[in-house]
Amino acid sequence: MSTQPLPAPAAPAPDAKGHQVLLRSRVEGLKGFLFVLPALVVLAIFLIYPAYYTIRLAFYEGDFHFGFFHYLGIENFKQLLTNDKDFLDLSKFPPGGALINNLRWLIVYISLSLLIGLGLAVLAVRVRYERFVKTAIFVPMAIAAVAVGIIWLLVYSPDADVGVLNALLRGGGLHTQSWLGNPSLVNYALIFAYIWASVGFVMVVLSAAIKGLPADVLEAARVDGANEWQIFRRIMFPLLSLPISVVTIWLFINVIKVFDIIYVMTGGGPGTSSRVIAFTMYEETFHNGRPGYGAAVAVIMLVLIAPVMVLNVRRFRSERVVA
Amino acid sequence: MATVDQAVRLRTGTRSERLVRWVTRTPIHIGLIAIAVIWLVPTVGLALTSFRKPENIANSGWWHAFTQWDWTLHNYGSVIHATGMGHAWVNSLIITVPATLLPLTLGALAAFGFAWIPFPFRDTLFLLIVALMIVPIQTSLVPLLKLFAEHGHLNNGYWGIWLAHTAFGLPLAVFLLRNFFITLPKDLIEAARMDGASNLSIFRRIVVPLSVPALASFGIFQFLWVWNDLLMALIFVSDPSKQPMTVRIPYLISTYGQEYNLLAAAAFLLMIVPLIVFFALQRYFVQGLLAGSVKS
Repeated sequence: MSTQPLPAPAAPAPDAKGHQVLLRSRVEGLKGFLFVLPALVVLAIFLIYPAYYTIRLAFYEGDFHFGFFHYLGIENFKQLLTNDKDFLDLSKFPPGGALINNLRWLIVYISLSLLIGLGLAVLAVRVRYERFVKTAIFVPMAIAAVAVGIIWLLVYSPDADVGVLNALLRGGGLHTQSWLGNPSLVNYALIFAYIWASVGFVMVVLSAAIKGLPADVLEAARVDGANEWQIFRRIMFPLLSLPISVVTIWLFINVIKVFDIIYVMTGGGPGTSSRVIAFTMYEETFHNGRPGYGAAVAVIMLVLIAPVMVLNVRRFRSERVVA
Repeated sequence: MATVDQAVRLRTGTRSERLVRWVTRTPIHIGLIAIAVIWLVPTVGLALTSFRKPENIANSGWWHAFTQWDWTLHNYGSVIHATGMGHAWVNSLIITVPATLLPLTLGALAAFGFAWIPFPFRDTLFLLIVALMIVPIQTSLVPLLKLFAEHGHLNNGYWGIWLAHTAFGLPLAVFLLRNFFITLPKDLIEAARMDGASNLSIFRRIVVPLSVPALASFGIFQFLWVWNDLLMALIFVSDPSKQPMTVRIPYLISTYGQEYNLLAAAAFLLMIVPLIVFFALQRYFVQGLLAGSVKS
C-alpha cells in the first residue's frame, strides 16, 4: 500500500469571461449533477436521514414502532454510563460491562494483530515459501464471521474429544478449560478468533509496504555494520509508520463494530460477560424493546468513530490519499 | 529500483557463509511454519469434521479422521435438504447479486461526475461522501426498519436489504472509482468531448472499459461484504423463507448445538463462495480489500 498525491482537479474552473462560456458551464454543471444525483438521493434517504433520526431518538424513550414516545433529554446516556452494569461496571475489579470489554478488544486485538502481522510481513519476505505462508494466513479474511464463529466453536469445544485446544491440554497433562463458558476467559477466546481472521490483512498491507522500501538505504545500513534488529528498529519501522497507522485505524473500526462473531459464538454470554457496544445496541433495541436506549448506544458508537471520519477527510484534503 | 524483496534473495556467499545463515535462519523457518500450521488447523479441522459420520464425531476428535477413514457426504445432504440450507444458499445469492450491481452502477456514475464534470460544491459533496464511508450500520437499523415497514413492507421482500446495502456500499464505491477515474488520460476524454460525444457515451465507451480492474475490485469487495453480512440481513429480511445463510446458520447452532457434522457442512457451504472468489480472482480480491481498508 502506498500513498500517492491526489491528481489535480479534473478540469480547471471555467473562465467566466463570455456569456456563452458561463451558460455552457452552467449546463455542464447541471449534467455533472445528474450523474451524482442518484447516489446522493440514496445516501440522503438511507444513510444521512437515518443517522439524524437515530441521534434524535437517543434523547427519547422510543415506542414499539420506533417512534418518539417520551422526551428524556440525556437520561439514556446517563443511565448507560452510570447505572447499567451490563454496559459499564466500575464497581468491581477488574471492571466489567460492554464498554470495558470493547476496551479489552481495543488493547489485545489491536496490539496482537499488529505484532503478529508485522512479524509475519518482515519474516515471510525472507523465505522461498512466502506465498504458501501468506495464503494460509490470508484465507480467513475471505470467510464470513459466521463461519469463523463455527470454526472456533469447534476449536474451543469443552469436550476434549471434540475440541483440538482441550485435546492438546489434556495430552499435555493439563486441565481442560471451558473457553467460552468461563467469564474471565471468554473475551480473550473471542478476541483470538477474530485476530485469526484479521491478521492476514495486516500482513498483506505491511508486506506490500516493506517490499516498496528502498533497498539501497537498507543495504547502506548493512554495510555500515548495522545488525538486522537495528535495521528493523531504526529504518524499517519509521518508514512503515504510515501503513501501520492505516492498519491500526482499520483494526480500531473493526473493534468498535465487532458483532457477528459474538452473536454466533456466545450470544454475549455467559450471562452478559462477552457483550460489546454493538451487541448491546442490538440487544436493547431488538430484544429488550428499548429503541431509545439502543439509539443512545448507537450514538456512542458514532462518537467513537467520528475522529476517524475527521482524520479521513483531513488526509484526503491534504491531497494524500490512501490508495 | 531494487527492492528489499530482491535484495534479500540475491544475497549469496561462500559455502560457510551460507551455512551460518542457514543456522541463524532456522528459528525463522520454525516460527513461520508453526504460525502457518496454527492458522490452517482450525479450517482443516472443520473441513474434516464436515465429512465424518456423526456417531464418530461425538467419540473422537477430527484428527482421528485419517485413521478411522469414515468419510461421507451425508452431512451435506442433510444440511442442504433437511435444514433448508440449500434454500438459504440461494437466498444469499439473490440478496448479494443486486446488492453488488446497484452500488456498482450508481457509484460508477457518481464517480464519473465527481472526476470529470465540474459542478458547484463538487469537492464539498465528495468530502461528505468520504466522511460517510465509516458510519456504523447501527445508526441506520431502526429508522430504516421503520421506513421499510411503513412504506410498502420492503422488509418482507428483498428491496429493503438491497437498498440498505446499496447505501452502505456507495461511499466506498464513489471514493474508489473516482480516485481511479481521475487517473485516466485527460486527452482521451477531452478529445471525445471535442468530437461531440455526450458525457454518458464517454462514460460508457471510454471510462468503463478502461476501469475494469477498479470496477472488479469494488465489485468483489462488495460481493463478499454482502455475502458475509449477518447484521443487516438479520434486521432487514424478516421472512424466514427469504433469509440468507448467515442468518439461518445461527438458528442451526441453537437447534443442533453440538452436532458439528451439520454445523461444519453448513459453514463450508457458506465459505465455498468466498473461497472460490478468493482463489479465482486473488489479485482483484486483495486489491479490493486493500482499497476497502478505509472502510472496514
